[in-house]
This record gives sequence, C-alpha cells and structure tokens, in this order.
Amino acid sequence: MSIVVDQVVKRFVSRGREVLALENVDLEIEDGEFVAFVGPSGCGKSTLLNMFAGILSPNSGTILHDGRTIEGINRRVGYMTQADSLLPWRTVLRNVQLPLELQGVGRREAQSRARALLEKVDLAGFADHFPIELSGGMRKRVAIAQVLVYDPGTLLMDEPLGALDAQLKVIMQAELMRIWEETGKTVVFVTHDLVEAITLAQRVIVFSGRPGRIKHIARIDIPRPRDVFKVRFQPEFQQYYEALWAELAPEISKGEAV
Amino acid sequence: MSDARTSVFEAGEGGPVERSQAVVAYEASEVRKRRVRLVLQLVVGIAILGFWQIASGTLVDRFFISSPIAVGQELFDWVVEGTLWRHLSITLYAMIWGFTLGSLIGFTLGFIFGRSETVAAVFDPYITALYCIPKIALAPLFIMWFGIGIESKIAMSATIVFFLVFLNTYSGVRDVSPIYIHATRIMGASQWQLLRTVIAPSAAAWVLTGLKVSVPYSLIGVVVGEFMSSNRGIGFLIAQASGLFDTAAVFSGLVVLALVGAGMNAALKRIEKYLLRWRG
Repeated sequence: MSIVVDQVVKRFVSRGREVLALENVDLEIEDGEFVAFVGPSGCGKSTLLNMFAGILSPNSGTILHDGRTIEGINRRVGYMTQADSLLPWRTVLRNVQLPLELQGVGRREAQSRARALLEKVDLAGFADHFPIELSGGMRKRVAIAQVLVYDPGTLLMDEPLGALDAQLKVIMQAELMRIWEETGKTVVFVTHDLVEAITLAQRVIVFSGRPGRIKHIARIDIPRPRDVFKVRFQPEFQQYYEALWAELAPEISKGEAV
Repeated sequence: MSDARTSVFEAGEGGPVERSQAVVAYEASEVRKRRVRLVLQLVVGIAILGFWQIASGTLVDRFFISSPIAVGQELFDWVVEGTLWRHLSITLYAMIWGFTLGSLIGFTLGFIFGRSETVAAVFDPYITALYCIPKIALAPLFIMWFGIGIESKIAMSATIVFFLVFLNTYSGVRDVSPIYIHATRIMGASQWQLLRTVIAPSAAAWVLTGLKVSVPYSLIGVVVGEFMSSNRGIGFLIAQASGLFDTAAVFSGLVVLALVGAGMNAALKRIEKYLLRWRG
C-alpha cells in the first residue's frame, strides 16, 4: 500500500472563522496506482495532496506513506503544481538538476541523470536554454523531467495541466500516460476536469463540497493502453462520465449557492 | 493507435531552429539602428561643445564658463604633470572602499530584514528616521570621529551607499515569488540552499539596481568629504581651483568626476547584463 489515510481532519482559521476543510477522510492508494481527485473548488482535494507532500499536517488522524507516518516535508514524493515553478534564472538542464543538487548528488552524476531525463521528454536540444525561451508545453515537460529526475516512487500532481490550452493538454496527457506506464509510479492527480480524470485514472475519487469528504469512488475499467485522443468517444466512457457527473454536479451547485 | 502515443512530439522540437533569412535581416537592421544612434550621440556632443566654445567670451564672460579648449588643455597638463593621478587615485580609493563597505553592509542587513518580518517591523521606524537625515549633514560628525584623513570620506560614502543598497535588497528579498520558494522547499532545500538557489538570484535584479544608483552617490560622499577638509583628491582640486577663481580647473575636475561615474556605471551595466541574461 502506497498511501493510507486514516480519519484525517483538517481545519483552517481564516478571517476569524474556522473552516473545516476535510472531515474524517479515509482512503487507501495502492502501489503503482493512478488515482484522480475531483471535486468543487475548496473541497480540500489540494489540501489532502499538500498533506501527502508534508507541507501541511492533519489536525487529527494519520497519513502513512510507504508504511511511515508523514512528518515534515516528504522527500519521497515528486510534486507538480499548476504554477510555472521552473526557476527562470537557471537553464533547462540546471533546473532539472536542481532536486539532485539539493539532495547532495555530485555535479557530474546530477548532470548525466538530468540529461537522460531531458532526452526522455524530447528536450535534449534545449538543455542550455532559459525557461523564458521555451513554450508553455515545453516548460511543462521540463517540469515533468524535474519531478522524475530523482525517481520518487509517488507523483503528486495538482492540476498540472490546468494552464495549458485544450490541444496541448491532450498531448501532455498522452505523455503522462506513457511515463506512468513505463515507470509504474503511484500517481495522485488533482483535477477539476472530469474528462481528464476518467481518461487517465484507474480510480476517480469524488470529493463533496465543504466540509470535504469522500463522496464516491469509481473504478474506471476502460482497458489499457488507452488512447487519450480517442478514449473519450467510447460508449463506456460516456457511462462513467454521466455517473460521475451525477455525483459531482450537486456538490458544485452547493458551493455556488453559498 | 500506438503511433499517436509514441510520437506526439514532432521533429524540430528536439532542438533549436536554425537562423533563417528573416532573422539575419532583422539583426542587420538592429545593427543599423545602433549605428545611427551612435552617430547622433556624437553629433549632439560636438554641438554642445561647439556652442560652449563659441559662447565663451562672446555670450558669457570667459571667467565664468572657461571654454572646452582651455579645459582640455588643463586636463592635458594634469595628465602630463601627474596631478590627475595623484588626486584621482585617492578619490577612487575612497570611493571604492565606501562603495564596497556600504553595499556589503546594506546587502547583508537588507537580506536579514527581508527574511525576518519581526526584525523588519522592530527596526523600521529607526531605519526610516536615519534614512530621512540628509547624509551630507553627517559629514562634520564623521570628521570628528574619523579625522580629516581618508577614513571620514570612506565613512561618508559608505553611509550613502548603505541606504540605497539596503532598501533595494530588502525590497528584492520581499519580492521573491512564493511559488519558487515553495517548489524548492518541496524538493528538499534547506534554508541555506533556499537562500543560494532562489532568494539571492531572484533578488539580484533589485540589488543590481541599487548598486547602479549608488555609483554617483558614492562619489558624492567622497567629494563632499574632500570639500570640507582634505589636501588631496578631485574634490580638493575643485575646491582649491574655485578658491583661485580658476574656472578651467573647476570644469576639469567636474569632467573627471563625470567620466569616473560613467565608467563605473558602464561596468555595472555589463555585469548586470550577464547576471540577468535569463530575462531574455
């Protein structure tokens, strides 16, 4: 079992009011599984991801990662967010090298590992460019290389493709799918896009609006390898979509009414 | 099906594109633009000098404005006699020390203040109060403390530079995007690594601006000190010449100061261009 969430509660205090972000959440994520979190904004799905990364800690309950309780920054995960977090003053190569550098890997080894990863995302020719010289999709691929370079067993992704245009998004989904199938890493993927969730994930987890609770879990049994460009037109995809939408829609309107 | 999955990236994205004809033409036009500007700059310079030369003795009494030729002669004599270097070396020495000390202290404190909200909040009213004192007014105090030698000039210059670099570094450190800090922390950066890989490079633009602005001010500090009490330095030369009503020498001193300031600024601009090349 990769991640075990047991009765987790998280509260925030904001503007003199207490907000219950997550209420008694239980969840188990298997090794090598691809799980997607969907839910209305403010439902605590990103909060839970931040707790997996060790940036936040629960008010009560426990989270185990590979059998160990998460305390402080969890260095065994790779974390990718929607924000463009490449350091603009470092070249592509030195950005990919950064996590290795921070972990004290020698410069030589760091460089050759970073180069290998750039090869994998088809950006070997751009090693000495600065991020500003790259397109949005290329920057995303550098970010993927950066998370993969230190070979974490688990990847946490918080709407990583949210800022991309529709076409590029599908291309990057295909890339992600390929990497996941090649490496067999555990992936926890937060998104607000149901199509994206069903296309990629083995299990889609629907969160309720505030306070965040797990409302519904759907296993997506569309056979693999899936073609991300076409899978959405299959009849079974439509069924999953309708069933999940029926769970999700009332949560979204609930949030809007407040 | 698998075709679409393995070759989603077209060829050509694997490496930078070659320089096309349009690129070459564009670059040539940029070069032309630069040349035209250089020529115009020279024309303006010559026009100003020419007007000064003609006005001198006709529109305005030569006693007040001397003339470019007289100033040039004076400068030439200074160089030949070694006067220039004797005075310039001491001014430069004081300026470089003042600049270095002031910016090092300003940079360090700016960093600490930028990283600690408590420190910044506690010291803020005092820093503001000190900042509001016209630094020139401190000159008599520094002469009392450090004597009439070079130390008081260095102190004067360093004080002025300190505030400029301090305030810029402080703003620069506060300005670092939390996205970068967060991302680097998650990758496992320690506080020191965070400083080195994120905060320092991010604040560099602000710090460099502070340094650039400081160059003329470091000169002001030294020259004011030299005006008040000294027997060497460009400031001393100017003060002495004005006492003797030698306008050509006064202007010569000013020209030297202008050249020193411009030279330092150009050097810093080079450094800035290299350090901030990632901005494209």
